[in-house]
Amino acid sequence: MTAELPQEEGSAGAAPGREPVLDVTGLDVHYGSRRRRRRALHGVSLTVAPGETLGIIGETGSGKSTLARAVLGLVRASAGSVVIDGEDVSAYDQRQWRGLRRRGVVQYVFQDPLRSLDPDLTIETSLAEPLLIRGVPFDEAAARVRAFVSRVRLSEDLLDRLPGELSGGQRQRVAVARALVAEPRLVILDEPVSALDSANRVQILRILEELRSDGVALVFISHDLGSVAGIADRVAVLYRGELVEVGTAADVINRPRHTYTRLLVSSAPTLRAAPADRAEREALRALLHA
Amino acid sequence: MATLSTNRVPGETLGHGPGAPPDPRSPVLSLRDVRISDQADGREIVHGVSFTLTPGKVVGIVGESGSGKTITCRAALGILPAHFEVTGGSIEIHGTDIAELSPARWTALHGLTISAVFQDPASYLNPSIPVGAQVAEVVRVKKRLGRGAARRRAVELLRAVHLREADLVYGQYPHELSGGMLQRVLIAAAIAADPRILIADEATTALDVTVQAEILDLLADLRERTGMALVVVSHDLAVVAQLCDEVLVMRQGEVVEHGPTGRVLHAPRHEYTQLLIAEHERYGLEKFLDPKLDPKEEA
Repeated sequence: MTAELPQEEGSAGAAPGREPVLDVTGLDVHYGSRRRRRRALHGVSLTVAPGETLGIIGETGSGKSTLARAVLGLVRASAGSVVIDGEDVSAYDQRQWRGLRRRGVVQYVFQDPLRSLDPDLTIETSLAEPLLIRGVPFDEAAARVRAFVSRVRLSEDLLDRLPGELSGGQRQRVAVARALVAEPRLVILDEPVSALDSANRVQILRILEELRSDGVALVFISHDLGSVAGIADRVAVLYRGELVEVGTAADVINRPRHTYTRLLVSSAPTLRAAPADRAEREALRALLHA
Repeated sequence: MATLSTNRVPGETLGHGPGAPPDPRSPVLSLRDVRISDQADGREIVHGVSFTLTPGKVVGIVGESGSGKTITCRAALGILPAHFEVTGGSIEIHGTDIAELSPARWTALHGLTISAVFQDPASYLNPSIPVGAQVAEVVRVKKRLGRGAARRRAVELLRAVHLREADLVYGQYPHELSGGMLQRVLIAAAIAADPRILIADEATTALDVTVQAEILDLLADLRERTGMALVVVSHDLAVVAQLCDEVLVMRQGEVVEHGPTGRVLHAPRHEYTQLLIAEHERYGLEKFLDPKLDPKEEA
């Protein structure tokens, strides 16, 4: 409701100026047994400041979902560190992770909201649960749920429905609301708009844009530079498990340095496609496969 | 609108032999106020679609799922699902109303005159047969070539769709190939008999952006080399803008906008088209791109 100015601290209160909300250093992740170890991430380092939106772009197999899972403690890193809101979580055990998640510092939204919403719980229960677990009194939780439902532009009439009774776009807005009720410092979104149609995509992007002014940091992961560019302060390009480029969206799009980034920018469908791009892409593909 | 040919081409020549030079004037496919209904409940789901495809022309259809774009394509391909029926208007392929076509004539038309690729290539391939053999089979049946010649032609086709190491790919099974490679195999099979019309229905939707661009570039290339006409169907206006001369924007079974791509992009009339464009301008790459990249200025 009350949009705070970016320089003010977030409503959660604890924001210490420019201290990053997420600080990843030299992250390596391997999959598979010792014999057939496959490297999914190598030497990934990045920071996200309070209220900043970082876009992470990568294609199938680039390691982008592994990065999300590593930051959320769902896969174990083989090297490097992850610091969330000043806490080094690299060596956290299951119990410590549960504690961190319960405090709601970091939240996540996946492509398919059915995965993050319990199909047997009404929308209201799903939204109120994280608050009740944290000991927020019932009345206050109910009031906050209503506030967040209106923020994601959903009607209160939907509160007593089940996820299965909602459209895909409504469900994704519920998933965003659920990530927000706990007033996290950081939200990881993995392909949050890929499955949505235009109208719903625009609506979700608009909601995410508004969050920035509340001081919530976002990591927005997508295969599509086009869906991230408009709301990301900075864009990081992940290619074959390595971050090959980080910069402002404008810089990455207008002055891409890595060959893959150049191909990515040239490949993104835009309303201003130039026929000359075809020859350029052909040359970049040859370079990349050489 | 281009005038429609009233000459009926005799059925025997419908197959359009490989040597026949396509007349750039005569429509290869024309839809006139096509209406499609679900006979189960009598509901009309496509409320009048019209466009004309001449050789080498590319028409794009943009719309969300449920807009009627796929069902319109299926009608043009003669593969409407059970209890869907064309209940108004007409569809002509090379001047012949498809309502008059017997199943045998349809079989002759598929592949040779009109062909298609869809979003999920894997489901159109047999998982237990190497992909090359599946392309060769199309060549054998449609072009009546012997086994050896069909095999050589299939390898050529795999090469033509820019598959690296086509000889190797020939012997591979569908599960060994990526989504982009499978879609290329499907395109190879679809163009094996030199069709005059290729319908690409969300053919790049499931692919990574760089792979999508490769497939779109390939389609543009095929159109230039062979004069094949294309119908490109997508939920993304930008995908259609890459390739098409003319765009139809569909919503809930209705064509809300229809015009040359440049006009639709620069002066959209319907609010839905305006929404699609605004999304790109506000949240897409367009926000950062130099206006001089505009194709109009560059051309």
